[in-house]
Amino acid sequence: MTPPEWLDDEAGPIVRPYALTRGRAHSSADDMDLIAMVTAVGKTPRDPTDIGPEQWRILDITARATSVVDIASELDLALGVVRVLLGDLQDQGLIRVRPPAQVAPLPSERILKEVINGLRAL
Amino acid sequence: MAFAPSDEPVALKILVAGGFGVGKTTLVGAISEIRPLRTEEVLSDRSVGVDDVGGVETKTTTTVAMDFGRITIREGLVVYLFGTPGQERFWFMWDELSYGALGAVVIADTRRLTDCFPSIDYFEQRGTPFIVAVNCFDGAERYEPDDVRIALDLDPEVPVLLCDVRRRASAKVVLVTLVEHALKTLTASQR
Repeated sequence: MTPPEWLDDEAGPIVRPYALTRGRAHSSADDMDLIAMVTAVGKTPRDPTDIGPEQWRILDITARATSVVDIASELDLALGVVRVLLGDLQDQGLIRVRPPAQVAPLPSERILKEVINGLRAL
Repeated sequence: MAFAPSDEPVALKILVAGGFGVGKTTLVGAISEIRPLRTEEVLSDRSVGVDDVGGVETKTTTTVAMDFGRITIREGLVVYLFGTPGQERFWFMWDELSYGALGAVVIADTRRLTDCFPSIDYFEQRGTPFIVAVNCFDGAERYEPDDVRIALDLDPEVPVLLCDVRRRASAKVVLVTLVEHALKTLTASQR
């Protein structure tokens, strides 16, 4: 969906951010890490109208593991809004969320060396 | 795809901190693929001083873009860069950003070194590995890294280097220095 040309970003959002979440600002995903990996488990909701179009897009995007920030960036929605949408999906058992690798255990020496070499090769 | 299901993607988080207008956005842009990321609070100073915000100053509480970039090392290994909010009223965001972070780059400007004190204090207290990258602004007097280290009262193991955040090659050296430092910290803690 492309917005009409005469409305640019400076005009602000046409729909208030949390209208998409029916006004809810919190969910079971409040503490979900920015770089937690989200993967759709491959199930669909019993009733397709249980989830909104944005959530269908999230299931689409997360057919392959995708981080919370990348989902927010892809949907171009505020992080807080995306967390609420993810919380719904999590509650319905439609996604699997994996906390970032470096929280526990710490990133391995092998990964860090790979990052160093990768950065040098940029 | 080439990786087995057990080989799940790994994401790492690096923070870019420092005072207002010190070059955080520039560094992220020099080295990574910048991505739009909206959040409902002002989390960066990226538009200030670049865009003319005259007349829209009151827009600060709507959704805004935050400094966010990603570097794909290889399929399944991604490094995310987050600019930490410069203004003190957004400190609450720091805890979320720094949770599980691999490390932080604190950018310093020698003309106003005190601006990076809060960042350094924060990472020292949290035990997050960090380095200090002195951004060499045009027209600013050059100082040796050791002088900066003394002025900032840094521990001897904290790397300090001079850089030009506009240059990709320089930004690369900054990030490599940080990850090497994080690796050293990691192996030291495992001993």
